[in-house]
Amino acid sequence: MSKMTLETVGDSNLVVKRRFNATPEMIYRAHTDPKLIQQWMLGPDGWTMPVCISEARPGGKIRYEWTDGKGGGFHLTGEYQELEPFARIVHVERMHLPDATPDNRVETRFDRDGAETLMTMVMTLPDAKTRAAMLESGMEHGMEAGYVRLERMF
Amino acid sequence: MKAAQLDATFSALADPTRRAILARLAKGEATVLELAEPFEMTQSAISQHLKVLEDAALISRRVDGARRPRRLAKAGIEAMDQWLAMLRKGLEKNYDRLDRVIATLNQQQKEETP
Repeated sequence: MSKMTLETVGDSNLVVKRRFNATPEMIYRAHTDPKLIQQWMLGPDGWTMPVCISEARPGGKIRYEWTDGKGGGFHLTGEYQELEPFARIVHVERMHLPDATPDNRVETRFDRDGAETLMTMVMTLPDAKTRAAMLESGMEHGMEAGYVRLERMF
Repeated sequence: MKAAQLDATFSALADPTRRAILARLAKGEATVLELAEPFEMTQSAISQHLKVLEDAALISRRVDGARRPRRLAKAGIEAMDQWLAMLRKGLEKNYDRLDRVIATLNQQQKEETP
């Protein structure tokens, strides 16, 4: 059972939705405060984020550096464009694999729903070349690919 | 890949029986009859699932005399699904971790407010 949904909308967008048992303020902080980001935005088990720069203001810098502690790693850079505390964040980001992927504009909304918060993240669907680069890097870094997952569902 | 095709792929993968059929076909091609048996379904029910998978370009059929064995259409799956599966898995892991961070923050807040 998964609380998260992921679907494509229109020609080029990917929409991720997830509910959290917390206020929008808390989820907003978890997405902007570097001390909090470092605790959860880590991908596969065993990875850490030793460098986390998050300047939560329009034009502010984003830089996340991940490492597997065994010499493997990669990083992401970006810039904040719009911030509406505690409701909405718009930023652009790119992965360095090590070549930079095309800029991805990401809009993240936090809507109060009773005692919960519904997070809605809209991002650009990367082109085939970028997907291939991300997949290759992911597998290199210990992420499982689709076929593995498909077999395990059986 | 076009959005319509992505949507077809998503709907096709949303059903557990169809995912199980794909997992079976990942081990090798099979006819409708061969698929109907382990799933304890009628041939017509299996055929309907196969049509959805075929329309989504996830499987293809081969002509072998009177037999029409289905097989995975590798290109159709590889084009998009692996990347999405990886993204989904990474995000799910992150948000499950965030749930635990939130639980700690909620606890701290409770302790601060008498």
